[in-house]
Amino acid sequence: MTTMITHIFLQNYWWFIVSLLVSLLVFLMFVQGGQTFIFSLAGNDTQRTMIVNTLGRKWEFTFTTLVTFGGAFFASFPLFYATSFGGAYWVWMAILFSFILQAIAYEYRSKPSNVYGKGTFDFFLLLNGSLGPFLIGVAVATFFTGSKFSLNQMNQVKWETSWQGLEALMNIKNLALGFAVLFLVRTNGLLYIINTINEEKIVTKAHKKMIFNTIPFLIFFLFFVISLILSTGFAADIVTGAVTAEKFKYLNNFIQMPLVLIIFLTGVTGVLFGIGISVVKKSSNGIWFTGAGTVLAVFSLFLVAGFNGTSFYPSSYDLQSSLTIRNASSSLFTLKTMMYVSFIIPFVFAYIWYAWKAINNTKITEEEMKSEGHKY
Amino acid sequence: MIENVDLTLVDWSRAQFALTAIYHWLFVPLTLGLSFILAIMETIYVKTGNEEWKRLTRFWMTLFGINFAIGVATGIILEFEFGTNWSNYSWFVGDIFGAPLAIEGILAFFLESTFVAVMFFGWNKVSKKFHLTSTWLVAIGANLSALWILVANAWMQNPVGMIFNPETARNEMINFWAVLFNPVAVEKFLHTISSGFVLASMFVMGISSWFMIKKREEFMAKKSILIAGIFGLASSLFLAFTGDSSARTIAKVQPVKFAAFEALSAGKQNAPLVAFGVLKRSGERIGNKELPGFVFKIEIPDLLSVMTSGSKDAYVPGLIDLVSGNKEWGIMSVAEKTERGKIARQSLMDYKKAKNCNDNEQVTSLLKKFQDKDFRDNYFKYFGYAFINSPEDVIPDVYSAFYSFHLMVILGFLFLLIFTLALIFFYNGTIGSQRWFLWVVLFSIPLPYFASELGWILTEMGRQPWIIQDLMPVSIAVSNISAYSVQITFWLFAFLFTALLIAEISIMLKQIKTGPKQ
Ligand code: HDD
Ligand code: HEM
Ligand code: HEM
Repeated sequence: MTTMITHIFLQNYWWFIVSLLVSLLVFLMFVQGGQTFIFSLAGNDTQRTMIVNTLGRKWEFTFTTLVTFGGAFFASFPLFYATSFGGAYWVWMAILFSFILQAIAYEYRSKPSNVYGKGTFDFFLLLNGSLGPFLIGVAVATFFTGSKFSLNQMNQVKWETSWQGLEALMNIKNLALGFAVLFLVRTNGLLYIINTINEEKIVTKAHKKMIFNTIPFLIFFLFFVISLILSTGFAADIVTGAVTAEKFKYLNNFIQMPLVLIIFLTGVTGVLFGIGISVVKKSSNGIWFTGAGTVLAVFSLFLVAGFNGTSFYPSSYDLQSSLTIRNASSSLFTLKTMMYVSFIIPFVFAYIWYAWKAINNTKITEEEMKSEGHKY
Repeated sequence: MIENVDLTLVDWSRAQFALTAIYHWLFVPLTLGLSFILAIMETIYVKTGNEEWKRLTRFWMTLFGINFAIGVATGIILEFEFGTNWSNYSWFVGDIFGAPLAIEGILAFFLESTFVAVMFFGWNKVSKKFHLTSTWLVAIGANLSALWILVANAWMQNPVGMIFNPETARNEMINFWAVLFNPVAVEKFLHTISSGFVLASMFVMGISSWFMIKKREEFMAKKSILIAGIFGLASSLFLAFTGDSSARTIAKVQPVKFAAFEALSAGKQNAPLVAFGVLKRSGERIGNKELPGFVFKIEIPDLLSVMTSGSKDAYVPGLIDLVSGNKEWGIMSVAEKTERGKIARQSLMDYKKAKNCNDNEQVTSLLKKFQDKDFRDNYFKYFGYAFINSPEDVIPDVYSAFYSFHLMVILGFLFLLIFTLALIFFYNGTIGSQRWFLWVVLFSIPLPYFASELGWILTEMGRQPWIIQDLMPVSIAVSNISAYSVQITFWLFAFLFTALLIAEISIMLKQIKTGPKQ
C-alpha cells in the first residue's frame, strides 16, 4: 500500500488539490462579482443593504479559500511560492491590498462612527470586486504565458525585469484572461443575487444586466482559449527534466488527456446552460449550473497547465528555470504528511454545507434588513 | 550564495514585516481570549435561560466582530509576505514551514469563519444548542490557528525534525511530530494564547468598570467583571508559569537571546536574577560592539543559576563567553562555529560542482555526507555562521531585549494583582464603591496590549541576526527585489492600517457608549 504512494503520485495528487482550491476560489469570487453591482443594481439604500448582506454572508469563505490556497501552494510547491511571490511582487501586493479593503468594508460600512462614511466602504467593495478577480485572472494567465525569471543553483529567484510583475499587464493574453475572469464572476454574482434575494426590482434589473456581462465574458474567454490552444507550451522531459518548447502543447494536452477535455467541455456547457436558463427562462437557478461549470472549467485548465509533463510556471527568460510539478514540489515526506491532513477536507466541506443550510434556508427580504440582528 | 546583500532592502523588509505583524497582533489576542469569554457567557445563558445573559453575550459579540474583521485583513498580508519579501527563506524552509500554514487554513480558519457566520446570523435561525456549539467552535478554531502559526514560528527559533538536501538546496522535513512537539512550540503556544486570555479579560473588565463608573448596565457589568476576573486570574497564573518555562527553554536553545535579555555580559556561577535594572553604556567592548552595564539593579541571588539548571553552582554563560568561547565550561566560540559553517557551505559548493561535472562518485559521497549524523550535528548545524562577518554580529540589541523582557514580566505581575483585587472586591461586595479601582482597571486596558507586543519584540528582535536560528541569517533570506518597492509598500501598509485602526477604535468606542441593545 505505502509503496504505491510515490513521490510522483503525491505531486500529482497535490496539483489536483491546488487546482481544486483555485477552481473553488474562482467560483466563490461571485462575492467579488456581486460587489461590482452594489451601486448599479440598487435603487435605494435598503436595496443596497440587501445586496451587500446577501454577499456579505459569504465573503469569509472566499477569503478563507484564498488563504488556504496560499498555504496549500506554499506547502506543496514551495518553489512556486518563492519564485512567483518573490518576483512578481507588485501583482501580488495589489491583490492583497484589494483584499484588505474588503475584509473590513462589510463589518464597518453600516456601523455608526465609522469615520470615513458608508460610501467609502462601499467603494472599497467595488474596488476589491473589480481589481481582485481581474488581477487574479492576470496572475493565473502567466501560468500559460510565462514570466521573465531565472533560478540560480541554489534555487533562488531573480526577476529579470524591473517591473516586478507589472509586466504581466502588458501581455494581451493575460489581459484577456483577467477580463474573462472579471466578467465571469460578475455573471456569477448576478446569478447569486437572483437566487438569494426576494425583491422584484433587484431581480428584474439583475436579469437585464446578464447579457451585458455574458457577452464580454464569452468574447474574452474565447479569445483566451483559442490563443491557448494555438500557442506553444513548454514540456519537461520525463527523465532529465529538461524543458523544451513544444508547438500546440496545450492542444496536445487536451487530446492526450481526454478526461480533462471532457471536464472542460462539461464545465463550459454548464456555464452556458446556467446563463441560458437565466436569460431565456428568467430562472433563478442559473447559479448552480454556472457555478459548477466554473469549477469544472477552471479545474481542467489547471490540470492542463500542470499535468502531462507541462511546465506550469514557465520562464520565458531561461527555459531551464521553468517550474514543473516535479521540480517545484515539497519532499516525499512533506507531501505525504500533508496528504493525511487533506483527508479532512471532505469533512470541512460537510460542516460548511451544514452550517450554510442552517442559516441560509430563506431568501433575504426587506423586512429582515429592518429587523434587529447582526447585519452589514 | 548571494553575492552582495543590499542592506537597505533587508532593513525595509524587516520593517515591513515587523509593521504588519505588530498590527496583526493588535487584533489577534483579543479574538483568542474574547471568543472563550463569549462561549462561557453563552453557556450560562443556555443553562439558566436568563435573557439578560443573552443580551450581555450579544454585546460582547458585537465588539468581537469589529475586532475580528481587521484581524483577518492584516493576517492575509503576513502569509503572503513570506513569499513576497522572504522568498529565499521560503524556499530554504518551505518544505517544513509551509505545512503548518496549510494545515492552519484547512483545520482552523475554515472552522472559525464558518461558525463565526452562525454565531452572528444564527440567533433566530438555529437551535440554542447549535448556536452555543458554534460559539465554542469559533473559540477553538481561533486558538487552533494560533497553534499552527506558532509551530511555524517556533521552528524558526529552534529548527528540528529536518535534514538538509544539497540537491534541492533546502531543508526537508523528516519528522512531523518533532516539529509539532518542539518544546519551543508547546511553550510558545500555551504562553501566547494565555496572553490573549489575559488581554481579553482586562478588556472586558475595563469596559465593565466604565459602565460601573457611569452606573449603567450594572447587571451586565458585574457579571462581566466576575467572569473576566476568574478567567483573567487563572490565565495570569498560567501565563507566568509558561513564561517562566519559555525562558528556561530559551536558555538551552537560544542562549544568546537569554544572555541578552538578562543583560549578562560575563558568565558566572551562582548567577543572580535581575528583577529590574537600568542599563547604561559601560565602555566594555567585544569586537566593535559595546556591551551595556547597569546603573542599578535589583537582584535575587543565585536564582538565574537555579532556574536554568536547577543548581546554584550552575554556570550561566554570558554574551562574552558565547561570542569568544569558554573552554572551561565547554562553550564553543563563534569563530569556531564560523569555521564549521564554512566547511558545511564548502561541501554544498563541492556538491554543486560535482553535479555540474557529472562526477557521480563525488555526488554520491557528498550526499552521504549530508546525511551523516556527525556532519549534521557538528557542521551543518552551524551552516548560517558561514555568513557571519565578525563574531560579535551574533549579539542582538541588548537594550530592547532587556527592557522588553523585564517590562513584560513586571506587567504580568501587575495583572495578577489587578485580577486578584477585582475578585476580592467582588466577593466582599464593595466593587461598586471602589471608584479608584474601577478607574485603574479602565486605564489598564492598553497595558496587556503593550506587554504582549513587548513579548514579540523580545522573541523576534532577540533572535537577530537569525531568521532561522544558526542556519540562516536574515540578510540572505530576503527576496531579490528593489528596496524601493518594499519602501513604497511599507508606507502604503502603514498608512492603510493606521486609517483602519482609527476607524475600528472609533466604531468600538461608539458601540461601547451605546451599550447592549434592549
Ligand atoms: C499579556 C501579555 C504577556 C505577559 C504579561 C507576559 N508575557 Fe511573555 N510573551 C507574551 C505575552 C506576555 C507573548 C506576546 O505571547 C509572547 C511573544 C512570543 C511568545 O511566544 O509569546 C511572549 C514571549 C515571552 C518570552 C520569549 C519567548 C521566545 O523568545 O520564544 C519569554 C521568555 C516570556 N514571554 C516570559 C514571560 C514571563 C516570565 C512572564 C511573567 C509573568 C511573561 N512572559 C508575561
Ligand atoms: C506572522 C505570522 C502570521 C501569519 C502568516 C498569519 C496569517 C493569518 C491569516 C492569513 C489570517 C486570516 C485568516 C482568515 O481568512 O480567516 C489570520 C488571522 C488570524 N491569526 Fe494570524 N498570522 C500570523 C500570526 C499570528 C499569530 C502569532 C497568532 C496567534 C498567536 C495568530 C492568530 C490568528 C487568529 C486567531 C486569526 C483570526 C482572525 C483574528 O484573530 O482577528 N496569527 N492570520
Ligand atoms: C503576531 C505577532 C508577531 C509580532 C508582533 C512579531 C514582530 C516582529 C518584529 C518586531 C520583527 C522585526 C525583527 C527585527 O527586524 O529586528 C519581526 C520579524 C519577523 N517575524 Fe515576527 N512577529 C510576530 C509573529 C511572527 C510569527 C508567528 C512568525 C512566523 C511564523 C514571524 C516571522 C517573522 C519573520 C520571518 C520576520 C522577518 C525576519 C526578521 O526580521 O527576523 N513573526 N516580527
